[in-house]
Amino acid sequence: MNAAELLATVPALAGAEPVTRVTIPARLDYTYSPGSAQTRFLKALTEQRLLGERCPSCTRVYIPARGVCPTCGIVTNEQIELPHIGTVTTFCIVNIAAKGLDVEVPYCYAYVLLDGAHVGLHARIGGIPHDQVHVGQRVEPVWREPAARSDQPSLAAISHFRPTGDPDADPESYRRWM
Amino acid sequence: MSRATGQEPVAVVGIGQTKHVAARQDVSIAGLVREAAVRALEDAELTWADIDAVVIGKAPDFFEGVMMPELYLADALGAVGKPMLRVHTAGSVGGSTALVAANLVAARVHGTVLTVAFEKQSESNAMWGLSLPVPFQAPLTAGAGGFFAPHVRAYMRRTGAPDHIGSLVAFKDRRNALKNPYAHLHEKDLTLEKVRAAPMLWDPIRYSETCPSSDGACAMVLTGVQGAARAPRRPAWMHGGAMRSEPTIFAGKDYVSPQAGRDCAADTYHQAGVVDPRRQIDVVEMYVPFSWYEPMWLENLGFADQGEGWKLVEAEVTEMDGDLPVNPSGGVLSSNPIGASGMIRFAEAALQVRGAAGEHQIDGARLALGHAYGGGAQFFSMWLVGSERPDS
Amino acid sequence: MTSIQGAEAGAEAGQGSRRDVAVVAFAQTVHRRSTDRLSEVELVLPVLQDVLKQTGLTTDRIGFTCSGSSDYLAGRAFSFTMALDGVGAWPPISESHVEMDGAWALYEAWVKLRTGQADTALVYSYGKSSPGSVRDVLTRQLDPYTLAPLWPDAIALAALQTQAAIDAGLTDERALAATAVRSRRAAEANPHAQLRGSADVGELLEQPYEVRPLRRHDCPPVSDGAVAVILAVGDTARALHPRPAWIRGIDHRIEAHQPGVRDLTDSPSTRLAAARAGAFDAPVDTAELHAPFSVQELILRRALGLSDATEVNPSGGALAANPVMAAGLIRIGEAAARIHRGESRRALAHATSGPCLQQNLVAVLEGEQS
Repeated sequence: MNAAELLATVPALAGAEPVTRVTIPARLDYTYSPGSAQTRFLKALTEQRLLGERCPSCTRVYIPARGVCPTCGIVTNEQIELPHIGTVTTFCIVNIAAKGLDVEVPYCYAYVLLDGAHVGLHARIGGIPHDQVHVGQRVEPVWREPAARSDQPSLAAISHFRPTGDPDADPESYRRWM
Repeated sequence: MSRATGQEPVAVVGIGQTKHVAARQDVSIAGLVREAAVRALEDAELTWADIDAVVIGKAPDFFEGVMMPELYLADALGAVGKPMLRVHTAGSVGGSTALVAANLVAARVHGTVLTVAFEKQSESNAMWGLSLPVPFQAPLTAGAGGFFAPHVRAYMRRTGAPDHIGSLVAFKDRRNALKNPYAHLHEKDLTLEKVRAAPMLWDPIRYSETCPSSDGACAMVLTGVQGAARAPRRPAWMHGGAMRSEPTIFAGKDYVSPQAGRDCAADTYHQAGVVDPRRQIDVVEMYVPFSWYEPMWLENLGFADQGEGWKLVEAEVTEMDGDLPVNPSGGVLSSNPIGASGMIRFAEAALQVRGAAGEHQIDGARLALGHAYGGGAQFFSMWLVGSERPDS
Repeated sequence: MTSIQGAEAGAEAGQGSRRDVAVVAFAQTVHRRSTDRLSEVELVLPVLQDVLKQTGLTTDRIGFTCSGSSDYLAGRAFSFTMALDGVGAWPPISESHVEMDGAWALYEAWVKLRTGQADTALVYSYGKSSPGSVRDVLTRQLDPYTLAPLWPDAIALAALQTQAAIDAGLTDERALAATAVRSRRAAEANPHAQLRGSADVGELLEQPYEVRPLRRHDCPPVSDGAVAVILAVGDTARALHPRPAWIRGIDHRIEAHQPGVRDLTDSPSTRLAAARAGAFDAPVDTAELHAPFSVQELILRRALGLSDATEVNPSGGALAANPVMAAGLIRIGEAAARIHRGESRRALAHATSGPCLQQNLVAVLEGEQS
């Protein structure tokens, strides 16, 4: 029985229009804490440094590090500065706009494995036509001018990554570390 | 078999779901979940008084804008005075919820348990719920499709699968959905050409290869041996079930074929004594929100060797009349009330072995797999259900 | 008025497979008003490492893991997925999550152990109340069509409950202040508590009302915190702890949602859960009650029929620290710890969820029978 049929069974409500929607605005404000490890990473970004952290047990290097090695469940506390060059390990071309992202569609969203890291950094690839982006491509970060950044430390300090023009990376160098 | 000894056998004696649609504006959230629950009770010919406990699941609370909605739903689900548990394991939650309910029976904590899962995405905005702006992270993915598209590309690259495989899966599932009265999408005039001509949303994923956004609920009544003996219709018997999780992002994660999925399947098969899933399992209800995940999961679940999943699709093995039908219900690609989608997979598997799937029944289905996954392809839940009691 | 029926339909209910399950380790953070330097996983990791160290177990020797937390508290969807990093879920683990207080995660784990599918379980939960206004956030728990639009916050609802108890002649403001004083003075011995020590009753009653008839001392502090517990069965438990805290019974029940259809001065769901958990079979010497507001301790004491011989909330309870989503599991941990230390032979632990004690869980724990 749908709402209209249900209403019809109550004589006093005969002819009443069913309410099919109520809009109830709700606003809650939150202040997020990136935590100590991400704070180190974000602060380094403001100085145009790429700071990763190495797990003392499995020796894998994470960027951004979240303070804990997710496979070992222990604190990562050795910071490692990573070079400004990496390899595209996979990507897609996004054709619909993301809320809150001031980027024209289409854009290329990729995993960039920085040299020396063992997880990909999620980033946009720019500076070339999308059909020329490919797995194995060598790329480098393009930093936003400080004036163009928001006032908060953020991954947005990196505008995007662009090809370096170097030969593609050896697939063995990134096969296990998408 | 290899299930832990001393457990009560678990039977599915009632199944109910709603007609999945984009927006159920004629019912509240409570009305939606109750509709599925009432249908499950009717199927089992039981009343609310016969239910000892309620286990409910759904994906993030932000999808409806209600925190811990089970509190408000206690009355609508006849749970007042009873135990009520709320499970949330991301996209796998519908499956996990059913497994938590099954354990209550298996441990003989309760005799008969109602389990329900739902999502009423029209009440809020799921895409918003998925991408609340966190200031120190750069939003890049524009929804779940953007998150999974790079993994699909990695699969295509790793296996050399030709571009049209994704479209074949989408076309199959949408045609199967025409036989399922509860499916959201009923695209009678769809052709393979139309699927292939759809625009790329997150290249390599086309619009036609993605799941819809649905309002819907699914419910099951689970019970033990005595309850099954009283059931008016043939029950489905649980032969195995497992959950596995791995971290969201970690060095060496195989996004294409996550280890947690392989381990979950191995555990589930082991419990049921399945050594050759391709031969022993008759039908699969697989969680495929983007069509390319069918060949990916065929490999992950051991139905095909690494790199060979797409060949089963191309050879029409997973069609309704193939020798391993996948998603005769139309799957997630045809209906996606997120929190319920996993439970629908489990319930559809049970319908098959009960011989109660109607027009999308696979003849002679005796053992069926229900599968769900969630998060960053990191949470898995599965069950195997059979037409016979596992200890018989 | 909605009644609660004690009788269960299932004839098999309660006839478990009798695998005895015990709490063998418990750890909690030092609860604070704010932990803004820590991410959730950084908050959780120390308690996870603590319970593993206490037992000498490693993640790969844990049979099942279950956690409790809330996305609304964190202000982001799937917030629990990041906390999982602290577990070290590799190789993949058998794991689940409830969007509830960790006490219900422990219940799920207890069921799992009772099936025989696992012999050990790691249970944890955490709540960071500091990112948002928990008072406002909790209004989102209410009926979304008829109650939530009115934004009645948790303190206003507790004030209604308190006034109902006063009107029924069950208590008065002085008695409620005495509960607050006793709780916070007990917390002086608890290094994890957030509020430790209290002015005396007379001074408290001179303070202004927060929401009449509640003063600040009747309300819980806003807390960030995390908790972890390890469960084990039978001889495994005995091998992991010299004095396991055996869970003799555990049950939970929910009531109607609308506060208007309930007798707010009573907690029939607590009474029923306690009966199902065997709490009335013998007296308990200790009770850890999850009563965030002073009046709720009274309501729970009455529902549980506790006499003055039972020591209530020696930890200070939720009035001394109330990390939402963790405070219930902490009660079970505190009760277990008393048994571990030989300070209790039979203890009751209680957890609550929802507005005005809507949903309640009761566990009865005992030391080894000598």
